[in-house]
Amino acid sequence: MIRHDRYSIFSVLREALRGQSGWGPAWRDASPKARYDVVIVGGGGHGLATAYYLAKRYGINSVAVVEKGWIGSGNVGRNTTIIRSNYLLPGNIPFYELSMKLWEGLEQDLNYNAMVSQRGVLNLYHSDAQRDAYARRGNAMRLHGVDAELLDRDAVRKMYPWFNYDDARFPIQGGLLQRRGGTVRHDAVAWGYARAADRLGVDIIENAEVTGFRSTGGRITGVETTRGIIGAGKIGLACAGNSSRVAAMAGLTLPIESHVLQAFVTEGIKPFVDGVVTFGAGHFYISQSDKGGLVFGGDLDGYNSYAQRGNLPVVEDVIEGGMALMPRIGRVRLLRSWGGIMDMSMDGSPIIDKAPIAGLYLNAGWCYGGFKATPASGLCFAHLLARDEPHEVARAYRLDRFRTGHMIDEKGMGNQPNLH
Amino acid sequence: MRISCPHCGERGLAEFTYLGDASVTRPDPGLPGAADAFYAFAYERRNVAGLMQELWYHQAGCHAWIVVSRDTRTHEIFNVRLAQDVALERSKSSVSHAP
Repeated sequence: MIRHDRYSIFSVLREALRGQSGWGPAWRDASPKARYDVVIVGGGGHGLATAYYLAKRYGINSVAVVEKGWIGSGNVGRNTTIIRSNYLLPGNIPFYELSMKLWEGLEQDLNYNAMVSQRGVLNLYHSDAQRDAYARRGNAMRLHGVDAELLDRDAVRKMYPWFNYDDARFPIQGGLLQRRGGTVRHDAVAWGYARAADRLGVDIIENAEVTGFRSTGGRITGVETTRGIIGAGKIGLACAGNSSRVAAMAGLTLPIESHVLQAFVTEGIKPFVDGVVTFGAGHFYISQSDKGGLVFGGDLDGYNSYAQRGNLPVVEDVIEGGMALMPRIGRVRLLRSWGGIMDMSMDGSPIIDKAPIAGLYLNAGWCYGGFKATPASGLCFAHLLARDEPHEVARAYRLDRFRTGHMIDEKGMGNQPNLH
Repeated sequence: MRISCPHCGERGLAEFTYLGDASVTRPDPGLPGAADAFYAFAYERRNVAGLMQELWYHQAGCHAWIVVSRDTRTHEIFNVRLAQDVALERSKSSVSHAP
């Protein structure tokens, strides 16, 4: 039997006196039951958040999350931990702003320290045209009630006097700042949602890989897993990176390609950069973890991949961007690099919709913006699963938008997933 | 990852640009159901986990389009052919199979 401790200053003090001997596991090691009202495929951030909101807000407690590995082994533990809602298009802004609002209350809601840190996200611009584009983006955000400030060169210099402002090719002219953006401890998001969902009766079933679907009369009625067959009233896929593979088992072909995105962390150093900064002339973004490591990344490798590792040309490109922006990182040693597999959709935006098969629901196509979307993705997917209609802020994320011409293409790249 | 270009030999990845799945072909707009076929052509992808035929462009080399057979799980490359040869072969086989 698991103890349902509430984490608080008192429990921390109590355990300090007891030599930390009284903490129980954060969630049960559940074995699959024969049937649930809802089975979520994928125990990443989105799947766990979906299960949590189903139980907490929609009163559906007969829920299982099936995960092929262990909790935190996928993209929720492989991203660069940034949260922001600095989007341009009407289909996106309200959704990501809902996510930001959920982040702001997440720790109290889950009773879990996810280290939500609203340290500000600054996107630098390096030309007049880029300034105009950021002014437009900032205005779109403010029209939707999202905070945004367009800074000139002097204002940026006040925040970060040590950037390379006079780079011969790409001098910094200013930046678009969202002060409410920042970082969150990514593993803690998975653990916090898992613990909170478990407490509401959700079964989290690890090491259960889905190998097929059961259907009767055209309706999906269960999943076959490596830990047996599990019946389900409804099945939600939240397995971005591998959405195409799982959907193919149900006979679906999705408008998605899987691509590898690399990330990097350096050795721990003293406080160096206190916000999230992106270089606008290449693709490089950086923040510093509380342990002191510089966490940074850049572009996709650009070819289809299911290998959780990338190649050297992108490493070189990312680090060139970093050196152009902040030459003083040149002597910091890289500690590790890794890759995560992204569901790159055909317009760069996600899909939260019913599948064209009864009983099956899709949460897919998160491209490389999935982490910041975790709370809203979970809430909107739970809404769809519980009510059979889209959440107000996720109405645009339809599967058929590619057929009907209602794409949400923030970068205007068309149907070339590796460019989004 | 290094790619052996049929014209230039083995070269670094940075010389090449990726387009995507080489098994996707443009449908005939005159056939019935062409709208659905064009939707699938533009947007639906098999997104193979395993051996995949891919179109790459040797941008910093001979400017040839090539078809690379590569395992998307390991990045191992098994075969590289000129896209022109693959297309010619495909058109021949589609003519010979015509009713």
